Amino acid sequence: MDWVTFLILFPLIPAVILLFTKSVQLQRVVVLVSSALIILGSVGLACNYMQAGGTYLPISSGFFNGLVILGDIVLALVFLYVCRKLPIKKYWIPLMVVIQYGMVVTADLTGGIPETNRYLYIDNLSIVMALIIGVVGSLIAVYTVGYMQHYHEQHKEIKDRRCTFIAAIYLFFFAMYGIIFSNSITWIYFFWEITTLCSFIMIGYSRKEEAVHNSFRALWMLLLGGLAFSVGIMYAANYCGTIELQKLVTMKQSLVIFPILLLCFAGMNKAAQFPFGGWLLGAMVAPTPSSALLHSSTMVKAGVYLVLRCSPILQGTASGAIVAFIGGTSFVMCSALAISQSKGKPILAYSTIANLGLIVLCAGIGTSFTLWAALLLIIFHAVAKALMFISVGTVDHQTGSQDVEDMHGLVSRMPILTFTMLIGLGGMFLAPFGMLISKWAVIEALAVRNPVYPPIVIFGGSLMLFFWTKWMGTLISVVGKQPPIKAKGIGFDEWLGLGGLSILTIAACVGFPWIGHYWIQPLYGWNPMLSERIEVSVALMLGLMLLPPLIFACRWKRLVHTEPYLSGLNVENKYEYLGSLGAPRRWSFGNYYINKYFSEAKLFKGTIIGTTLLWILMFFMENL
Amino acid sequence: MGYFAKSPWLLHYDGSSCNGCDIEVLACLMPKYDVERFGIINTGNPKHADVFLITGGINTQNIDVVKNIYNQMGEPKVVVAVGTCATSGHFFSECYNIIGGVDKVIPVDVYAPGCAAKPEMIIDAVVKGLGILEEKKKKMSPK
Amino acid sequence: MTTTSTILVILFIILAPVIGGIISGGDRIISAKMQSRVGPPIVQPFYDVLKLMGKENLVVNRYHGDYMICFLIFTIVSGCLFFGGNNLLLVIFALIVAGVFLVLAAYCTNSPYALIGAERELLQMLAAEPMIILSAVGLYVVTGTFDVYGIANCQHIPIIYLPGVFIALTYVLTIKLRKSPFDLSTSHHAHQELVKGLTTEFAGPSLGLFEIAHWYETVLLLAMIFLFFGSYWILGIILAVIIYFIEILIDNINARIKWELMLISAWAVTLILGVGNLMILYFVFHI
Repeated sequence: MDWVTFLILFPLIPAVILLFTKSVQLQRVVVLVSSALIILGSVGLACNYMQAGGTYLPISSGFFNGLVILGDIVLALVFLYVCRKLPIKKYWIPLMVVIQYGMVVTADLTGGIPETNRYLYIDNLSIVMALIIGVVGSLIAVYTVGYMQHYHEQHKEIKDRRCTFIAAIYLFFFAMYGIIFSNSITWIYFFWEITTLCSFIMIGYSRKEEAVHNSFRALWMLLLGGLAFSVGIMYAANYCGTIELQKLVTMKQSLVIFPILLLCFAGMNKAAQFPFGGWLLGAMVAPTPSSALLHSSTMVKAGVYLVLRCSPILQGTASGAIVAFIGGTSFVMCSALAISQSKGKPILAYSTIANLGLIVLCAGIGTSFTLWAALLLIIFHAVAKALMFISVGTVDHQTGSQDVEDMHGLVSRMPILTFTMLIGLGGMFLAPFGMLISKWAVIEALAVRNPVYPPIVIFGGSLMLFFWTKWMGTLISVVGKQPPIKAKGIGFDEWLGLGGLSILTIAACVGFPWIGHYWIQPLYGWNPMLSERIEVSVALMLGLMLLPPLIFACRWKRLVHTEPYLSGLNVENKYEYLGSLGAPRRWSFGNYYINKYFSEAKLFKGTIIGTTLLWILMFFMENL
Repeated sequence: MGYFAKSPWLLHYDGSSCNGCDIEVLACLMPKYDVERFGIINTGNPKHADVFLITGGINTQNIDVVKNIYNQMGEPKVVVAVGTCATSGHFFSECYNIIGGVDKVIPVDVYAPGCAAKPEMIIDAVVKGLGILEEKKKKMSPK
Repeated sequence: MTTTSTILVILFIILAPVIGGIISGGDRIISAKMQSRVGPPIVQPFYDVLKLMGKENLVVNRYHGDYMICFLIFTIVSGCLFFGGNNLLLVIFALIVAGVFLVLAAYCTNSPYALIGAERELLQMLAAEPMIILSAVGLYVVTGTFDVYGIANCQHIPIIYLPGVFIALTYVLTIKLRKSPFDLSTSHHAHQELVKGLTTEFAGPSLGLFEIAHWYETVLLLAMIFLFFGSYWILGIILAVIIYFIEILIDNINARIKWELMLISAWAVTLILGVGNLMILYFVFHI
C-alpha cells in the first residue's frame, strides 16, 4: 500500500511544480530530486514485494473510485477541448471520446459496474514494469531538462512551452504507475487515457503543421484503442460480472475471450502493432525525450504489458495464435522497413514496433517459456532503446542531423558519445547483450511449437542484424582528423542520462541470471535459459566482450601507415582521387538501403491490409 | 624463413604496353605454364602483393599511378620490369609522352627484356626476384 | 566442463587451423585439376600465411587491425563453444558476432572498396543467417535438444528427417565459405572488380589473421554438417568431404552472380526447403 500509493501519487507533485517553474536551474533541481525519489521508491517497492508473489492491496475504494470517475469526466472534457479546432469532417474523433466516456461514466454512475474492493494488485510483472518506469524513465526525465534547453536554442521559432512538456512527463509517470498497479480495468482505463493525452501533448509540442497532424493521427488511433477498451469494460461488467483483471484471466476461456480480445486490441494498438504502426512513426516529430520515454521504453510497453496480462486466456486459442501472428508480422515487416530508412529516429521507431511485435508474439502464444522471453525482451529493450534514442537526440543537437549517413565517422568527432551509442547498438542485437539473450530465449521457446513462428523470428532477426550493423559500421569508420563540429557542449544532465543508461544496459546483461532467478522465475517458473551451462557461457561471452576495448587500448608496434587504395589515383587529400580530366574529384560512400525490396512504398500498404484482415479474423475466430 | 620464395603474390600493372607482354603474363597463369605451382597468385591489390610486375614504359599519365602503387606495397617487395618497353622504353622511347623505362620512376630489381617477353622469361625473372625478396626480408629483420 | 570437452576444445584450437589449411590447400589443388593445371602443393596456404606474417603491417589507421583480431578471437570462441558441447544457438550467435567484427573492420578502414565489401558481406549475412539458425531449430525438432553433444549422441540420424534443411544449409554454405557464385564481399580468384572487397586494406599480418579465421570458420561449418549424422560419425565425415567437393565444383563452374539473385535465391531455398521441411515434419509426421 505505502510504496504503491507513493509511486502513483508522488509524480503529481513535481508535475504541478514543474508546470509553473520557468527557471531552468529550478527545473533541474526539482527533476533531480523527484527522480531520485522515484528511483528510490521503485527500488524500495521491489525490495518489499519481490518475494511476495501476487498481492492485492486493500484501499478505501469508495473515495478513490469517486476520484477516478471524476478524473474520467475531466479527461473526457480535456479531450473534447483539444479537438475543438478540428475540421468538421473529422467529427468522428470527438465522437469516439463521447461514446467511450459516455458508456463508462454512465455505467459507473448508475452502478452498472460490479463492485469490488481489490483495486490494486502487485506481482513481479508490475515490479519489473515499475523499475523500468522508475529507473529508465527518471534517467530520461533528467536528460530532458538539458535537452529542452538545447532544443529551444536550436529552434528559436518554436514557442517555449517546456514547462508543459516536463510536467507532462511526470503526469505520465503517474499514469504509468496507475496502469501497472491497478487491478480494476476501469482504473486501468482511466490511466490508459492519460497516457494517450500525454502522448498527444508531446507529439504536437512544436505546433508545426506536421506535428499537429501527427498528433491528431496518434490521438484518433489511440482513442480507437480506448474505445475497444471501454467496450471491453462494458462487456466484462455485463456478461462476466467482474472488472478485476486478475479474476478475468482465471475465468473460463470461452466466457471471457471476447473482452480479453478487446483489451488485447487496446494493448496492441498502444504498442503500435500494425495496422496502427503509423502513429508511432508519426510520433517521431516530437522532441527526443518523449520518443525515448513514451514511444519506446514505457508507454508502448504498457500496451504489451496488458497483452501479457491477458495471455493466460489467449494461450492455446485460435485468436491467441492470430495475436501472435499479428505480432510476428509487425516484427518482420518493420525490421524490413527499417532497412530502407536513413534517418536515426525512424529506424529506431521501426525497430521499436518490431520488438514490441516480438513481445506480442510471445504473449499470444502464452506458454511459460514464451512469457519468460517476453519479459526479458521488455526489460532489455526498454534500457537499450532509451539509450539509443537519447544518443541520437544528442547527436542531432550537436551536429544538426540525425541522418545515419551524416554520422559517418562520428567516432573521430565525438568518441565518447559514439561509445554510448555502440553500447546501445550492441545491446540491441549482439550476443551476449540483452536483446540477443531474449531472442535466444524466444527461439528456444518457439522451437517446440509449430514451425510457423521460428522462421518469423529468425528472418526478422537477420533483417535487424543488417540495419544495426550498417549503423554501427557507419559510426566507427575512422575518417581521421575532422574540423571540430560547432561544439555546443553536452550538459551535465544529458551526460547523466547517457551514462546512466549505458551502465544500465550493461548491468542488465550482467545481471541476467539474477533477473531470471528473482523476478521472472517466481512469475513464470523455471526456464532452460537459467541452466548453469547457459549462464556460464553468457558470462564467458560477456567477459570476452571486455577484450575488444583492451585490444584497442594496445598500441601495436611496427604499424606502417599508408593511404587507402584508390586504384593508384591517390592525391594529397585521401577523400579525393585523380579524375580522368586531371582534376581531383571527391569520392563518397552511402550505405545500402535496398529500396527495391524494402521501401515503404513497397511494403507499407500491403502490411496494413494484411494485418487489418488478421485483426478482423481474430474477432471472428471465436465465433466460428 | 624461406616463405617469401614459396608464396610470391603478383601485382600486374600495364604501363603503356602494346598488350603483347600482358598476354604473355596471363599465359603464365594459364594451364600450360601454371605458375600457381610455385604458389604465385595474381592479386589485384598492391597491399597484398609482393612482386610488382610492370609491362610497358612509363608515360606522363601513369607516372603518379606507378609511384602510388609502389608506395602502397608492403616491404619486402620487388619490381620486375617485363618486356623491353618496361626496361628501356624500347621503340616508344622517342615519343613525346614517354618518360622511359620503369627504372626512371621506381627502383627495378629484375629486368626481363623481350618483345614480347616469353612466358619462360617472365617466370625466370620472377624466380630471380624471389631471391631478392628473401634478401630484402633478411635486411628488414634486424631492426 | 568435462575432460572430453576440454580435450575436444584444445584439439579444436590446435588442429582446426591445420585441418582448415589443408582443406584450403586441397581445394586449390582440386580446383587446379578441374582447370587442367597442376596446382600448388597442399601446404601452400600455410606458406602464404607464414609469408603474410613476415610482411610489413600496412595500415590505413591504427584501429582496423584490432577488429580483425576480434574477428579471429570470436571465430575461435564460437568453435570452442561448439566443441565444448554448448548450446548450438549460442554457437551461431557467437559466429554472427565474429562476422559483425569482420564487417566493422572493413568499415573502419573507410576505403571505398572495403566499404562496398562490407555492405556486401552484410548482404551475405542477411542471405545466409536465417538458414543457419533454422538448421539449429531443425536439429532441435528432431533431437529435442540444442546441446551440441546431445545432438551428436542422438540415436537416429537427423538427416533422414531433415533432407530439405540439409540441402538448404549446403546451399547457404556456399555463401559462408566464400565460394563462387557468392563470393561477393572478398573477391576471390580472378573476380577483381572490387579489388579485394572487404580485405582490400588489410596487408601482411592482418590479412594472415583473416585467413586463419577463415580456416577455423570452415572447420566449424563442416562440423555443423557433421551434426546431421548424429552418432554415425564416419558417415558424417564422408558426407562432409563430399559436400566440400561439391562446393569446389560449384565454385569452378559458376560465374559470379549479383547480390539480388543471391539474396532472393537463398531466402527462397530457406523458405521452401528449410521451412517446408519443418512444416512437413510437423503437419504430416507430427514430430
